Amino acid sequence: MKLKSNIATSESGFVFNPTSGDSYSANSVAAEIMLLLKENNSIREINQIMLSRYEVDSSHFEKDLDDFIAQLRDQNLLEL
Amino acid sequence: MINTNKTPIELVIAVTGLNAIDSPGPGISVIRAIRDCKDFKVRIIGLSYESLEPGIYMHDIVDKTYQIPYPSAGTESLLNRLNEINIHEEINVLIPNFDAELHNFIKISDALLKMGIKTFLPSHEQLESRDKINLSEFGKQHNFDVPADRILYRIEELSRAVKELEFPIVVKGKYYEATVAYTLEQAQKAFQKLQAKWGLPIIVQQFISGTEINIAALGDGDGNAVSVIPMRKLYITDKGKAWAGVTLEDANLIDMAKRFIEITKWRGGFELEIMRSPEGVLFIMEVNPRFPAWIYLTAGAGQNQPAALVKMAIGEKVIPFTNYQVGKIFIRYAWDLITDIQEFQQISAFGEL
Amino acid sequence: MEKLKYERPVIKKLNAGIMNKFGMRTEFTPHTHIEGVAVKDIISKFGSPVFVISERQIRKNYQQAVRSFRTRYPKVQFAWSYKTNYMNAVCKVFHQEGSWAEVVSGFEYHKALGNGVPGNKIIFNGPDKREEEIILAINNDSLIHVDHFDELFLLMEIVEKMDKRPRVAIRVNMDTGIYPMWDRFGFNYENGQAWNAINKIMASEKLELVGLHSHIGTFMLSTAAYAVATSKLCDLAFNFNKKFGKAIQYLDLGGGFPSSNTLKGAYLPGADTVPSIDEFAEAITSTVLNYGFKQQELPLLILETGRALIDDAGFLLGSVLATKRLSDGRRATILDFGVNILFTSFWYDHKITPAQEFSHHTEDMVLFGPLCMNIDVVRETVNLPLLQKGDQVVVHKVGAYNMTQWMQFISMRPSIIMIDENESMHQIRKPETLAYLESLENIPEHLQQIKL
Repeated sequence: MKLKSNIATSESGFVFNPTSGDSYSANSVAAEIMLLLKENNSIREINQIMLSRYEVDSSHFEKDLDDFIAQLRDQNLLEL
Repeated sequence: MINTNKTPIELVIAVTGLNAIDSPGPGISVIRAIRDCKDFKVRIIGLSYESLEPGIYMHDIVDKTYQIPYPSAGTESLLNRLNEINIHEEINVLIPNFDAELHNFIKISDALLKMGIKTFLPSHEQLESRDKINLSEFGKQHNFDVPADRILYRIEELSRAVKELEFPIVVKGKYYEATVAYTLEQAQKAFQKLQAKWGLPIIVQQFISGTEINIAALGDGDGNAVSVIPMRKLYITDKGKAWAGVTLEDANLIDMAKRFIEITKWRGGFELEIMRSPEGVLFIMEVNPRFPAWIYLTAGAGQNQPAALVKMAIGEKVIPFTNYQVGKIFIRYAWDLITDIQEFQQISAFGEL
Repeated sequence: MEKLKYERPVIKKLNAGIMNKFGMRTEFTPHTHIEGVAVKDIISKFGSPVFVISERQIRKNYQQAVRSFRTRYPKVQFAWSYKTNYMNAVCKVFHQEGSWAEVVSGFEYHKALGNGVPGNKIIFNGPDKREEEIILAINNDSLIHVDHFDELFLLMEIVEKMDKRPRVAIRVNMDTGIYPMWDRFGFNYENGQAWNAINKIMASEKLELVGLHSHIGTFMLSTAAYAVATSKLCDLAFNFNKKFGKAIQYLDLGGGFPSSNTLKGAYLPGADTVPSIDEFAEAITSTVLNYGFKQQELPLLILETGRALIDDAGFLLGSVLATKRLSDGRRATILDFGVNILFTSFWYDHKITPAQEFSHHTEDMVLFGPLCMNIDVVRETVNLPLLQKGDQVVVHKVGAYNMTQWMQFISMRPSIIMIDENESMHQIRKPETLAYLESLENIPEHLQQIKL
């Protein structure tokens, strides 16, 4: 699972896909996950990192992460 | 109007309608007219709804733009947002330019005044009286020629209405957009589309053919016409907008606008959309309760209506104009502005640029 | 290290033609308290969902409405429209304030009696009045508003056998220039039916015609229509006076004033477009005052305003059961209340706000109720913060009709809480229980036993 390499993400949560021309705004949790994806972290690693940083339990986060990955896939932001 | 040997008044003026696109909002024209007036030294604050309104990116015309909530969000959120903006900008005058936002701006005009922001707007009653829904009643009452119409709340009422009005008919949305329909099927399609976009009712109007003439006018709120400029469309886009137009000399047109102002005591700018039938009858097709997109032509022809409105808003006495140049032409052109994605992201995410 | 506050991750396409965060910011300003009481405290004590009624808001609405009319007209009486909300506690607030009762069935009539309303201060409306109910109303000297000729003849028959002269009014329907015209209730004005009914009543001599009543529609956005209705009633009253030499004692303009809810399909929010009660009062009272009645013969003005007095005093609190994404990528939020108890979501785009703080990030979503029914949609589209399971929400302006039209369907009806003027909570209706519902059921002997 990896974010397409040319996707530009900024700290303030802007996301620009130069292939499609679409821009997005991401909230801070989403921006952080995208950064971790970009750095080639596995889902398991992302789980670990996020659970250690945020006030959320693992089953809750797992569901949200699945959902978020689906959003990224819907928007064509992931490497196939 | 001419105000020589005086230091220009410094003003912060907020303007909406920065959508200078193919069917343009009037904002950019209003700003250009105000900037042309030597009596002012202005800082222009743009107020935008969408992130791609061209005016947002025209930094030599608009000094700074803030996004504001859509009219459908209501006056409470609008007022909150303007309050926030006003802390940074200390706005003196605000000029709204969209039909759909006027109800709200009129509603909050007293609250704006308390914040130091002046407007020069018609009342809700004036706004209502010229509304598409009430226009034919208004015409009857005051002896203006207005096309026959039916106000519909249900699509089933269409078939009766078209029988009475006869094809072709014009199907109109509550706020914007109109389609000419030649068959019941076309009319039904237009009804559904307009209902989905602008809600009910839908107005069905008798089709009148003839020459399209528009009049930009400014009323002082006491029944006096400060300025009246008639314009004949020379070329019309497929959206029915004037691509080019020329100022006319016609006492009938000017008298009509003056009579309209006298009867309604209209306060502020407005546009009369007129159709001159082959027999010479002047039908009022629509009354737009704000400046038209071609308003810069009034400045070009010698009656700078936006500047005069600003003066009335800040309480200056304005003597009605008497002369204008007939035969002044405006030709609208498209122009591609180049900017970076960062600007778009900035306005989209932070609501300011 | 202290952990960061978590929020569901979300990305949103910019400028996809939808409202940005400035678009509806105040829609989701959290609404954490109702009349000083925390939403989370109400839910933890009484469960979720739960209806909450503000007594302070009812009294404020009532007093303002009365002031709107009394400052313009000398004789005004309000009658509480039971069908709008007939929780006894709610009715009693109105009666304490001085409101009479307006009822449209025998059931409601008995409710009003039970609430201590004197019979002569009950207005009995509606097309469904049974013989025994009419007799009761006559014995109580209630005001009987006749709806149709069959009822009028029944009334005359009943009176033949009684030594009473009941006080009656006729309901009049008319063209006030609005759509739809409510011509199914009462006698028509334009075709002479109303005048005919008046003549029949006068000819019978057994009935005393004291009033004229109209009720032109519901959620009326036009004050002008009330001016038309008032003028037509005045016209009947004037002709009555001319022919029979008597004054009509009251004109009852019924209800129909809107609340500030936003109707589905409306572009601007109701709060900005709905006329105020002052404007309706001006239209109605100026018509009567200018009609030319002698000062001493000015009729009493009765108003049966329901919705406008109670809607914004009612809240529905609920919780998020789940969130999911639909096949087209849209966010769906499933709430623990649906159209079964929030009937008005068929007509309104109800304002719904979260009851806790969020960041400024939002999503467009559809709000579903909990029923296994496709029609169970609370809002087709709304822009709200990133709600998740367990979050609480507040639905605003639900005081009218929901607590009378709600359905016991799939789940049971929840508690109703009233917050009094001292910010104390009172449970004015308990949540339904299985035992309560089944107490009316009977199982035939041969169905007692099952074996699976």
